[in-house]
Amino acid sequence: MSYALAVLLGAVAGVLSGLFGVGGGILFVPTLTALGLSQLHAEASSLLAIIPTVLVGVWRQQRYGNVRWRPAVIIGLASIGAAVGGAQVAESLPEATLRKLFAVFLIVTAGQIAWRARRSS
Amino acid sequence: MRLLLIGLAAGFLSALLGVGGGIVIVPLLLLAGNWELRSATATSLAAIGITATAGVVTYVAHGEVRPVYAALVGVPAAVGALGGTALQQRLPVRTLSFLFAALLVAIAIRMLLQ
Repeated sequence: MSYALAVLLGAVAGVLSGLFGVGGGILFVPTLTALGLSQLHAEASSLLAIIPTVLVGVWRQQRYGNVRWRPAVIIGLASIGAAVGGAQVAESLPEATLRKLFAVFLIVTAGQIAWRARRSS
Repeated sequence: MRLLLIGLAAGFLSALLGVGGGIVIVPLLLLAGNWELRSATATSLAAIGITATAGVVTYVAHGEVRPVYAALVGVPAAVGALGGTALQQRLPVRTLSFLFAALLVAIAIRMLLQ
């Protein structure tokens, strides 16, 4: 992968982040591994790349009046604790099965979100 | 209490499956919390900022972070986030919901094929 393409994919990840409230890691990690980083280094560097992305997103959303800080702090702190636990049990669980179950969960969730949007208009 | 559970689910699933927290936080705020889409995505970004900072501190301590590579994708992403948030204020929530649902399906397909 060329550096120009990596920059372009970074920008696309940022647009997705601003639009949908995600960090961008879903594009950062594959981009960084394609540039030759190991999975571990890609994931670690992706986390660092997420910080300026969400800082800009939060700054803009704060101006638009959309950020609710107390829930954000509760969710953020709770997820740090759970991530430590998740990393420890990750080794002992059948990851492929979990991955498929989660994918099905995402599709059902997507269906529900689309269904609500269709009804609400 | 509900927010605490959303945070726990987000942290646990992202560590277990390698998906970002936002993929879990936004749908749960929308469906379980009945939040409006723009405040759900904005609050998700703030929560992710906290989580990512904690993660980076851990990885930096282990020497796993490559700052130049992080900047290579992170700086254009910050610029992209300016555009994304501006675009989000102009698009109707209905359209955004359908697009977000499409993003979830795309991620699900990618996970199924892995």
